[in-house]
Amino acid sequence: MSQLAHISASQLYWRCRRGMLELDLLLNTFVEAEYNSLTKEDTILFSTMLDYQDQFLLDLLLGKTQSPDATISNLAARIKNACHEKFKLQN
Amino acid sequence: MAAIQRRKFDTLIIGAGGGGLRAALKLSDADASVAVVSKVFPTRSHTVAAQGGMNAALGNVLPDNWHWHMFDTIKGSDYLGDQDAIEYMCRAAPKAVYELEHFGVPFSRLDNGNIYQRPFGGQSQNFGGDQAARTCAAADRTGHAILHSLYQQNIRAKTHFFDEYFSVDLLKDDEGHVLGALVFNIQDGKPIIIEAKTTLLATGGAGQLYKTTTNALINTGDGLGMALRAGIPLQDMEFFQFHPTGIAGRGMLITEGARGEGGYLVNGEGERMMERYAPKAKDLASRDVVSRAIATEIREGRGCGVNKDHVMLKLDHLGEEVIQMRLPGIRQTCMTFLGIDPAEAPIPVFPTAHYTMGGIPTNRNGQVVMPVKDTPEEAIEGLYAAGECACVSVHGANRLGGNSLLDILVFGRAAANHIIGYLAENRYHRSMDESCVEKAMQRFERWGKNSNKTGEPVSVLRDELKKVMEEHCGVFRNEEVLKEGVQKIEQLAERMKEASITDHSDIFNTARVEALELENLMACGLATMHSAYARTESRGAHSRIDYPERDDINWMRHTLYSFENGLDYKPVRTKPVSVDSFPPRPRVY
Ligand SMILES: Cc1cc2nc3c(=O)[nH]c(=O)nc-3n(C[C@H](O)[C@H](O)[C@H](O)COP(=O)(O)OP(=O)(O)OC[C@H]3O[C@@H](n4cnc5c(N)ncnc54)[C@H](O)[C@@H]3O)c2cc1C
Repeated sequence: MSQLAHISASQLYWRCRRGMLELDLLLNTFVEAEYNSLTKEDTILFSTMLDYQDQFLLDLLLGKTQSPDATISNLAARIKNACHEKFKLQN
Repeated sequence: MAAIQRRKFDTLIIGAGGGGLRAALKLSDADASVAVVSKVFPTRSHTVAAQGGMNAALGNVLPDNWHWHMFDTIKGSDYLGDQDAIEYMCRAAPKAVYELEHFGVPFSRLDNGNIYQRPFGGQSQNFGGDQAARTCAAADRTGHAILHSLYQQNIRAKTHFFDEYFSVDLLKDDEGHVLGALVFNIQDGKPIIIEAKTTLLATGGAGQLYKTTTNALINTGDGLGMALRAGIPLQDMEFFQFHPTGIAGRGMLITEGARGEGGYLVNGEGERMMERYAPKAKDLASRDVVSRAIATEIREGRGCGVNKDHVMLKLDHLGEEVIQMRLPGIRQTCMTFLGIDPAEAPIPVFPTAHYTMGGIPTNRNGQVVMPVKDTPEEAIEGLYAAGECACVSVHGANRLGGNSLLDILVFGRAAANHIIGYLAENRYHRSMDESCVEKAMQRFERWGKNSNKTGEPVSVLRDELKKVMEEHCGVFRNEEVLKEGVQKIEQLAERMKEASITDHSDIFNTARVEALELENLMACGLATMHSAYARTESRGAHSRIDYPERDDINWMRHTLYSFENGLDYKPVRTKPVSVDSFPPRPRVY
């Protein structure tokens, strides 16, 4: 875990590069909007989430799958919300 | 300069999508030493995004055979596809599906236990007759299932992966042999030379060339840029497929499956518009036909919304249950990115850049070929390409849905088969000339610590490039728009030479990666724009309003664009392997 605490913004940013445009949009929007306000715990959790398989992560973020872990569910909701906020402005 | 680390393998595969992994597996299983380099973790390759499925004439739902599949693919290609390669692919398709099943892909089933097959655009029975059902799918996650199964199989077979390594350039000696590539580790910025007896490019497409696209950010045409810089021409780059049903303003795809299940398009007047453009196939006509229909409706003032800049895809009549069961991913996507539930309201759609039909010219063994003196297709020793970055050409001027997953698997495997034969005859690495390493290193260091620090930012040029491509080389093209596009992109390419980045660190320097990617996109843009400007006809995805007809006499030929020679052309291979040719006919649906 201690290693994970040293994840740089650029490392997170690169790992937000995924195989699907939907994930690129969701994850990058979140990092751009909230990286500076992430706590150390948030960063560790987010980086755990980035290790998930693309399809699972998409299901989680689109709400097709729920995580039994409440902290993950909350983070998923925050990511989705950041995206909603951005696109609401563009609608 | 500190000595650069070197590694040696029989085969270097650049790209870990379905094409690269299929080839790697075949080679590792044949005991070749194989390195696979991927800029992202392999299972995050773009193949993971393919939802709809993969074509094979299994005939499980409706009668079918490979010869009908071949006809549809040739017709779909608007007669620009090479008929030998198309025959090879359609014949190999059922085997490719059964192989995947064997590797662990959980295809959706019918009640009788056979693989379920859904109808997709451009599929027919009996050479243009009734709709066929040819697409095999693993629910709506076919690409994911294929990629993960192939990755697991490669781990078993001990393929060596270089994850999060970026390939900068091919290493080619004076005699024209490709000897591997210069790559660098994104994690620490260190370059490595990977020497290989054979190199396979499997870097995927270049959808990021356009502002509105279905493609992930990683699809920057890197292999195409590498090929151009190695003096290899790109083929048929003017043919870029726009998927008719992208979410308007966002880009992401609403799969053809939605129309396969009964969805249809309506214009601003509430009219079911496709009945006018394709009376028989209607909403399941091939992609270019539907894209052009949407663009025409909008141009003629029959679009929807305040700006009349999109049309609507109606699914609500299917009922919530069908949508939830058959199209769950689409429903969630619409709710997240639009705040619309397609079970209740129609989806605003617009054509979005989807698939790169052009690419690195190959023969059906996956060998990269180029004109040398009087020979139009001479193989380059040691170099192969497969997947979306290659142009075999099975898609010609327009790809049919479900044929790309098939293409990457069939030709990934075919390339590996040829490589196995090559390795048996060429047992030693050729010695590497240092000058080719120096050239590749110069490109890498162009964005390093000693580079220009005051030029224009890469991000500005990237946004401009995408805008120029969208406005000047989109669904509708004419002389005036393209001519201006050529001027603009030439100017951008000049400005690129002076561009700069401000981050020169070594650890996860994404700014450098993005700069290298933009150089590749710029190369693709030049090839696409020049090729499109020169082609004065309409064929498949390349639609010129000033030349609305297909012109088989002058233009039934492949375009080649290279930095050295500009434009050149070569004939289409109209002779199949074993059956009669399909001569060009009007393409009506
Ligand atoms: C949203 C969407 C849905 C689709 N659905 C379907 C479908 O249902 N059926 C169908 O047949 N087709 C579909 N397609 C098309 C199909 O998915 C792709 O054409 C195909 O997956 C491409 O596979 P590939 O192996 O050629 O490349 P990719 O899967 O794109 O992989 C490219 C690889 O190259 C690597 N790479 C690239 N550049 C570099 C570099 N410089 N250095 C190191 N590594 C590099 C990447 O990391 C990656 O591993 C779809 C496409 C999209 C966009």
